Amino acid sequence: MGKPVLVVPCSGVGKAFGSIGRDATFRVVDELRKGKADTLCLSLLVMGDEEARDRVASSKCIAVDGCPLECAGKNIVRSGGSIAAHFWVMELLKENRGLKTGEVTFLDENGVKLSKLLAERIARKVDELAEEDR
Amino acid sequence: MNIKPKVGVVSCSGECCSLGTLSRVATRLVLEEYRPDVTVTICLPLFLAGELEEHGFAKEHPTIAVDGCGKLCARKAIARYSKEPADSVVVEDILGQWGIEAPASRRELDDEGVEAARRLAQEISGRIDGIRGE
Repeated sequence: MGKPVLVVPCSGVGKAFGSIGRDATFRVVDELRKGKADTLCLSLLVMGDEEARDRVASSKCIAVDGCPLECAGKNIVRSGGSIAAHFWVMELLKENRGLKTGEVTFLDENGVKLSKLLAERIARKVDELAEEDR
Repeated sequence: MNIKPKVGVVSCSGECCSLGTLSRVATRLVLEEYRPDVTVTICLPLFLAGELEEHGFAKEHPTIAVDGCGKLCARKAIARYSKEPADSVVVEDILGQWGIEAPASRRELDDEGVEAARRLAQEISGRIDGIRGE
């Protein structure tokens, strides 16, 4: 197995978008593609942690951003990494207008559905990126 | 009339372990349930990725940093990009004092994890009251 693809969610704490992106990321790295994908603390990148920067710079990175401020994507690039794929939770919400959600702390039923949808997409992208290394 | 500023509660993003999950959930519980009228928050990466408004956050609000582990990303980020926080909570240390193990899952807290998050939220709320002189 090659180097794990790095999935980096924004740390959004103010709205449900961040919670959905993070939940989806954990589904991918801990369940759907365990071993093929990993994540790290975005806070460490913000603080310029050398080990975190090295991991980002030497890995294929998937950014998962909740809102248009794109904290995950921006911090990957600022840390010397490149974004192999970029997902936006707001786009997912636009595609699934029936799944309204507002719960931030503990995802509600629609939030979980959106997280699962996003996780499946991220997992497929992890497979594509891993395939390129074979 | 002396109008006290709201207290900024800033959690680390803590995606690497369940201590970060506890930090975020406890922070959200303070904002939503325990001290909703006197608290605000900000996504930690915005200190770096954001604009002047974000950089001025801790200058306008006394802040309390909520960190999952000893790397203290929240405390350091607030101090580096805005202003020294008024207080700081390290979840790993507090759990140690209470004799509580970190939750097993970083994605979803079980009942014991939620209980720990609520206890942490109460601890943070007490610190907020102290900052506000109440």
